[in-house]
Amino acid sequence: MYVHQLYKMNNMIEFLSQPWPWYVSGPLISLVMFLLLRFGGNFGVSSTLRSMCSMVGAGKHCEFFDFNWKSQRWNLIFALGAVVGGFIASTVLKSTEPMILSQNTIEDLSRLGIYFSGEFVPKELFSWSSILTVKGFLVLVVGGFLVGFGTRWAGGCTSGHAISGLSDFQLPSLIAVIGFFIGGLVMTFLIFPYIF
Amino acid sequence: MKYIQFLLIGIFFGIVMTKSEVISWFRIQEMFRFQSFHMYGVIGTAWFVGVIFIQLIKRKNLKTYQGDSIAFKNKDFSISRYLFGGIVFGLGWALSGVCPGPMYTLVGNGFTVFIVVILSALLGTYVYGLLKNKLPH
Repeated sequence: MYVHQLYKMNNMIEFLSQPWPWYVSGPLISLVMFLLLRFGGNFGVSSTLRSMCSMVGAGKHCEFFDFNWKSQRWNLIFALGAVVGGFIASTVLKSTEPMILSQNTIEDLSRLGIYFSGEFVPKELFSWSSILTVKGFLVLVVGGFLVGFGTRWAGGCTSGHAISGLSDFQLPSLIAVIGFFIGGLVMTFLIFPYIF
Repeated sequence: MKYIQFLLIGIFFGIVMTKSEVISWFRIQEMFRFQSFHMYGVIGTAWFVGVIFIQLIKRKNLKTYQGDSIAFKNKDFSISRYLFGGIVFGLGWALSGVCPGPMYTLVGNGFTVFIVVILSALLGTYVYGLLKNKLPH
């Protein structure tokens, strides 16, 4: 009996370890939004960046960070959970197969000198040793800076605008999402050829 | 622990983001190059089911588990703030391949160099706070 249950659990883990299709993942992400709302929070991950600035004392000399970050503690714990979730998914639920990427994307990127090896990120750009290279500095430091600056200026990121805001038919969120795409397309098609 | 439910929802979120591969720099490139439906499918179904969830909360007047009502604030209308802020975020999203959620989850996936991306995003948020009054909103 016990062995049988163990066998069933193994099958379950194997089943969950495959990549999840979009029609499963999308609804589960909105379930995250729903649960956060029901527990008295809301779905907006970029707010955690502002809270952390406030937590380390940025509110002392800048009004924007002078608020009660402790009221946002739930969101910081949520972000911590997202780290732990990444750890579980990459260990217990690790996929045995490499990622499948569109052949066109593989070819386009290889023309820029970025090669796909089946991992989530191009290792030659996203590694500790690449920080001091021009390309590594751009993707890690400049890219991160733009995300932090832009999300706060726009008042939200993919979770806050594209999912929470659009689900509530907020026109400002639609303008923000159009902005996300303008920025993303300009970077991909106009700026990438100069960087890579 | 008072916040255990948020930790658990966060863990679930991290697993979903990893298993759906939306944390991948390559998937973001695929999206911006319109070479796969995957990301559009994820965001599209998240939006569609999200509409149903929010209508459910509003029409059934669902409360939080603590018994408070769930309020949806209308965002103040502006074009410049959302458009310019959105463009800046979009530039960073394509360059670093992450929005704020995946930054955290990639660290858990063992790509510890994303700590640098998170620190840079914190710096970006901080500089925005300093310049806020000088930017169009």
